[in-house]
Amino acid sequence: MAIKKFAVAAYQDEEVLFPAVKAARNSGYKLHDVYTPFPVHGLDHALGLKDTDLHVAGFIYGITGTTTALGFISWILTSDWPLNFGGKPHFALAAWIPITFELTVLFSAVGMFLTFCYLNQIMPGVKKHVFHPRQSDDLFVIVMEVTDGTSEIELLDFLKTTGALETKIEVAESEWWYGRWDQKEPYELAG
Amino acid sequence: MHLKYESTVREPLVNGTKNYAQVTEDIISPVERKPGRMWYVGFFFSVALLCFGIFSVTWFVYWGLGTWGINRTVGWAWDITNFVWWVGIGHAGTLISAILLLFRQGWRTGVNRAAEAMTIFAVMCAGMFPIFHMGRVWDGFFVLPYPNTRGPLWPNFNSALLWDVFAISTYFTVSLLFWYSGLVPDFATIRDRAKTKLRRLLYGVASFGWTGSAKNWQRQEALALVLAGLATPLVLSVHTIVSMDFATSVIPGWHTTIFPPYFVAGAIFSGFAMVQTLLVLVRKILHLEDYITIGHIEAMNKVIVLTGSIVGIAYLSELFVAWYSQSYGEQDAFKWRIIGPYWWAYWAMMTCNVISPQFFWVKKLRRNITFTFIMSIVVNIGMWFERFVIIVTSLYRDFRPAAWTYYSPQWPEIGFYLGTFGLFFTCFFLFAKYFPTIAVSEIKFILKTSGENFKNDMTSIEAQSNEEFADEQMAAHHH
Repeated sequence: MAIKKFAVAAYQDEEVLFPAVKAARNSGYKLHDVYTPFPVHGLDHALGLKDTDLHVAGFIYGITGTTTALGFISWILTSDWPLNFGGKPHFALAAWIPITFELTVLFSAVGMFLTFCYLNQIMPGVKKHVFHPRQSDDLFVIVMEVTDGTSEIELLDFLKTTGALETKIEVAESEWWYGRWDQKEPYELAG
Repeated sequence: MHLKYESTVREPLVNGTKNYAQVTEDIISPVERKPGRMWYVGFFFSVALLCFGIFSVTWFVYWGLGTWGINRTVGWAWDITNFVWWVGIGHAGTLISAILLLFRQGWRTGVNRAAEAMTIFAVMCAGMFPIFHMGRVWDGFFVLPYPNTRGPLWPNFNSALLWDVFAISTYFTVSLLFWYSGLVPDFATIRDRAKTKLRRLLYGVASFGWTGSAKNWQRQEALALVLAGLATPLVLSVHTIVSMDFATSVIPGWHTTIFPPYFVAGAIFSGFAMVQTLLVLVRKILHLEDYITIGHIEAMNKVIVLTGSIVGIAYLSELFVAWYSQSYGEQDAFKWRIIGPYWWAYWAMMTCNVISPQFFWVKKLRRNITFTFIMSIVVNIGMWFERFVIIVTSLYRDFRPAAWTYYSPQWPEIGFYLGTFGLFFTCFFLFAKYFPTIAVSEIKFILKTSGENFKNDMTSIEAQSNEEFADEQMAAHHH
């Protein structure tokens, strides 16, 4: 748990968001994150985020599925319990392609989905701070961290100049925790 | 790259004057409202059907498959017909969500969520049939390759029936993950605007704690793209493998190389028909006409006329090959399909699948809601008969005339089939009430290029010279 102070700025349009993100990155203040109601193309590059390697993970899971299927079936049908199907060869690769393909897809999809959840740190029961209730509706939200020595007023003034619809200061947990969404957050109870 | 401009020649995908907040309101508010009377009537009717299905299944599991109409000559009948029919219906959902995503078809965003839900429910229904056709259903897990005390004795990996076990279970799992990874952000939208505690709690759990962080969205798009790339060959493989249940045998009428593409086309054909049946109702009942527009319906009708014509050509090719093969078994199988005791099934199939979709060459009919709805049901009846014709009329007159017979379904089989309708519609009614029936975040993503009010502003862009346009677009993409 790391409770920190944040400055939150909400924008009405992605056209305003892009210059604001650029200004925020160049301002010298610490950018925490940007939240949007839908995937805004180019935002990851504007934020300087690297491309995700999720698809590489998907490839590795996929070939794991391929080798599992081929290894398992060929071991069973050539060594563990060879069966004679009409005198055909025991090593019947062509007949194994369908299951090999299915397992490739299955391993890749399941593995990628779990990796996706792990990387994003999302799971049923996980709770994260929502800085603005409309960040999943119609507003684009930039969150800056108010670090020690940062002037709140100057930071808010700066955010206002970038075209924010509204700005505010919030004290919040910066990481995820286990919790119920219908209950108050623990740090709010304490404070 | 996603252009900020789309030609006004293309129809808007979202009608009316909308902004992001309005999109949320339109799609999420049915989840928050009490459902109307139509919903209750439909839901309880479906539950009643489901209960009758459970009763029928209990009956024939207790008394055995002798209560079905199948016999030693016709060993596969309604069960496998219904299995193939339901699996086929599922295919349209994956086609819309995966293949049209790869083809960058913007119109998929209006219909993909409901179509994917349909896929999942249809595959659930389909799975019931081979499982209960096993007879001793309590031994059903024998199809899985697990270490056992019988050797271990493994299933036959060279058998098309085992390929089916893997294909269907993989298809179900991947469709579910694909669907759910798209639902997570929309559940977060419901959670964040929830007024009641219970709704916050439940959608909070369902949303996995999604917040819409930029990095999370980047990964979400990567996941969707790769899952679409995996689901595309997967969906083709599933009905290919289903067709191999027949094509790898030596039964005249089944033993043919045309089956995989023919089955896949038929699957998409029937699936789109079912999507039409469902969406024509959903858009009306939930007032989503602005999102599921006549343009969407027309696009799907175009797919129906294309795949229907492919299926028609496949039927004719079969007849040609039966004649050209000079194989008596093959020729007789097709002769008796057309003029034998099951002639009515063959001609029902031909009329519903080959002749009736040709009406969709007429634009007026493609854009007529009532006609589309009637056609969607006609096509699904036709596709059911196609499977019945392939299965029963290839079996009932086998190699020895002494074994020739006739098949009629008995009430437990009919009850079982009706029960799967109950299961399907119970699930679909719950989905329509508790889930966002349209992908909210995906609609927002296309809103500024394809929303009607935004498209009206594009005439000024169209008046620009090419250089001006190129400069502006370049500038807009280099933030």
